[in-house]
Amino acid sequence: MTFLRQRLWPAIALLIAFTFITGVVYPAAVTVIAQVAFPRQANGSMLVVDGRTVGSSLIGQAFSDPRYFWGRPSAAGANGYDASASAGSNLSTTSKALIDRVSAEIDRLRAANGDAPIPVDLVTTSASGLDPDISPAAAEYQVARVAAARGVSVDAVRAAVARHTEGPLFGFLGEPRVHLLELNLDLDGLLQ
Amino acid sequence: MALGDFLTLATIAGAILLLTPLLGRYIHRVMEGERTFLSPILRPVERLVYRVSGIDEAAEQDWKAYTVSVLAMALVAIVAGYVVLRLQDVLPFNQGGIAPMSPDLAFNTSVSFETNTNWQNYSGETGATYLTQAAMLAVRNFTSAATGLAVAIALIRGLTRRSSKTLGNYWVDLTRGILYILLPISIVGALVLVWQGVPQTWDPSHAVTTLQGGKQLIALGPVASQEIIKEIGNNGGGFFNANSSHPFENPTPLTDWLEIVGLLGLSFALTYTFGRYAQNQRQGWTIFGAMAVILLVGAIGAMHVESTGNALLPAGVDSAALGNMEGKETRFGAALGGLFMAATTGTSTGAINSWHDSAQPIAGLVPLFNMELGEITPGGIGAGMYGMLVIGAILAVFIAGLMVGRTPEYLGKKVESFEIKMAMLTALVLGASILGFTALASVLPDGLKGPLSAGPHGFSEILYAFSSQTGNNGSAFAGLTGNTPFYNVTGAIAMLIGRYGMIIPILALAGSMAAKRRVAPSLGTFPTTGILWSVLLMGVVIIVGALTFFPALSLGPIVDQLLQNAGKLS
Repeated sequence: MTFLRQRLWPAIALLIAFTFITGVVYPAAVTVIAQVAFPRQANGSMLVVDGRTVGSSLIGQAFSDPRYFWGRPSAAGANGYDASASAGSNLSTTSKALIDRVSAEIDRLRAANGDAPIPVDLVTTSASGLDPDISPAAAEYQVARVAAARGVSVDAVRAAVARHTEGPLFGFLGEPRVHLLELNLDLDGLLQ
Repeated sequence: MALGDFLTLATIAGAILLLTPLLGRYIHRVMEGERTFLSPILRPVERLVYRVSGIDEAAEQDWKAYTVSVLAMALVAIVAGYVVLRLQDVLPFNQGGIAPMSPDLAFNTSVSFETNTNWQNYSGETGATYLTQAAMLAVRNFTSAATGLAVAIALIRGLTRRSSKTLGNYWVDLTRGILYILLPISIVGALVLVWQGVPQTWDPSHAVTTLQGGKQLIALGPVASQEIIKEIGNNGGGFFNANSSHPFENPTPLTDWLEIVGLLGLSFALTYTFGRYAQNQRQGWTIFGAMAVILLVGAIGAMHVESTGNALLPAGVDSAALGNMEGKETRFGAALGGLFMAATTGTSTGAINSWHDSAQPIAGLVPLFNMELGEITPGGIGAGMYGMLVIGAILAVFIAGLMVGRTPEYLGKKVESFEIKMAMLTALVLGASILGFTALASVLPDGLKGPLSAGPHGFSEILYAFSSQTGNNGSAFAGLTGNTPFYNVTGAIAMLIGRYGMIIPILALAGSMAAKRRVAPSLGTFPTTGILWSVLLMGVVIIVGALTFFPALSLGPIVDQLLQNAGKLS
């Protein structure tokens, strides 16, 4: 009985108290402040075009049309870019499955883009399977194809890429990257 | 590694150096019940918590009462958590047809979050409801982190008090840790994360039609409030399956930087708190130095190796500029992947911003070895400090004492056979659980069904799983299929052993040290500050770790790397 009163009761009472404080009040308070102060980000940074939500600026989408820039291979969900099943491939560097997959990807990219060396991000799956970005080199690799498919000049496409390229923060933190969905929306003339 | 990567490292190191005295002093004030700038708001809440729980905040506990209280809390939290996971389908805030967890998965998950491990054999998007995430899992993130902190403070009190029977009061230490330390940082940090793009909403997943006309269901949720405590509390359990590589958990390089500083900050700060208790800041900085050097060497190694490409990829792929990008995000790149990998396993966090399974084998050795050292560089909040003091400092004074032929002393107290037995017990428990379970899984059919890879990499996947769970880390070499009755149950036992198999002997040691008198330092006293001591400390830590785990590491990542160098696929 003493054990119950002295040890178990405080444990039960504290767990209830902290479930209330850190499990109800805390997330609710953060939600209220976030929804007021940063409503766009708090709701998933959705991109809205003509009243229609076309996706989140933070979540990658699958692109295969030659008129669009393509993103990285994705292991999220059965067909890739499943934003309710984020995942990486978890294949090891020595895995035959990895090498076979990369070889198939090389064939697909060469058929569409010619024989230039392929930046590695275009043949490797991202960690989340939802990477919204590609490297500037991966964009440059596709510029000629996109320009030809759209019947516009290479320079016009390059200018669009430049508009959606972000450098490292303060010049050193993180990697330079091209925001893919925003770039493709821009090419379609849909970005305000 | 480019110049920018070194600048990133330097800014993180600078932030930690700045935060350590600030946070360290604050933690000391809070744990000793002194007034802080938050007291006007939080003191009434604290008093109310004690009143409803029937806790007398002035009553101190001896080591046995302290230990029993820790275990009682664990028991209640594990049982309650299990019930929530089994019933989550019928409880409110089920955002979309999420099923209850199976008994073995619920057991594993409940133990996992209460032991500060956050090993996840479920996937966040489809396996847990919003209620489970916010009102169960995130609550455990707070309580388990504050428990680690409480035990570390109890040990420090034991080492620094004189002729004392008591170590403090667990309930009070737990409450203060949550209210004054974890909660305020979480509120501010969560809002910074939302500003950068981390969602915080109770709306269900959002269905959109993509630019090419496909359907995409975008999982959302109250992510920010959970993301921040998962990092600062060294929990590491992701809201989503992809953890801190998911753009909604870690949207920008800035959030990546903040998350790394967040997961290192409190653990390093405790070295300063230790200095305050010992009334000698050099004691704290010396331990800080030993932790930081081991962490930095591993981090730079992993960053460097990941920055080189996978040489086995077919010709025609250009990896020179970007490095090993399989399982990495574009915005972070390969080097920040390597840095996060070292930081998350040097602490007991286990969050990931890249998949460790797809790292170069020899880079994968860094997180493995970090965990097998007992996660003391700087380790989980509290857990790193008590691990370093016992596996590191107590054993190192013992070895130094043997060399000069005197009874070892630490902070003016004699370290005698009982303390050494307890310290050895913690070191042995770690090795026995990791190696024992790995051996078991490597021979039993149920264990061999787990790994995705064949050969040495498959062995690494098993070794990693039990290192991670015993070390209460929770990161995964995720190739392993862990959601089977075999891995759920053995994993849960490994987590319990790794947590309470450390805490019980450490509190016993603390109780024994607290009761001792302090003897004046003499000429024969080995000084426990300065570079010589720091080097001895690192030596002991690394030798104990290497002697225990080198054979297993040879069979895993080392053979794996040699095979890769020879161009062999598996």
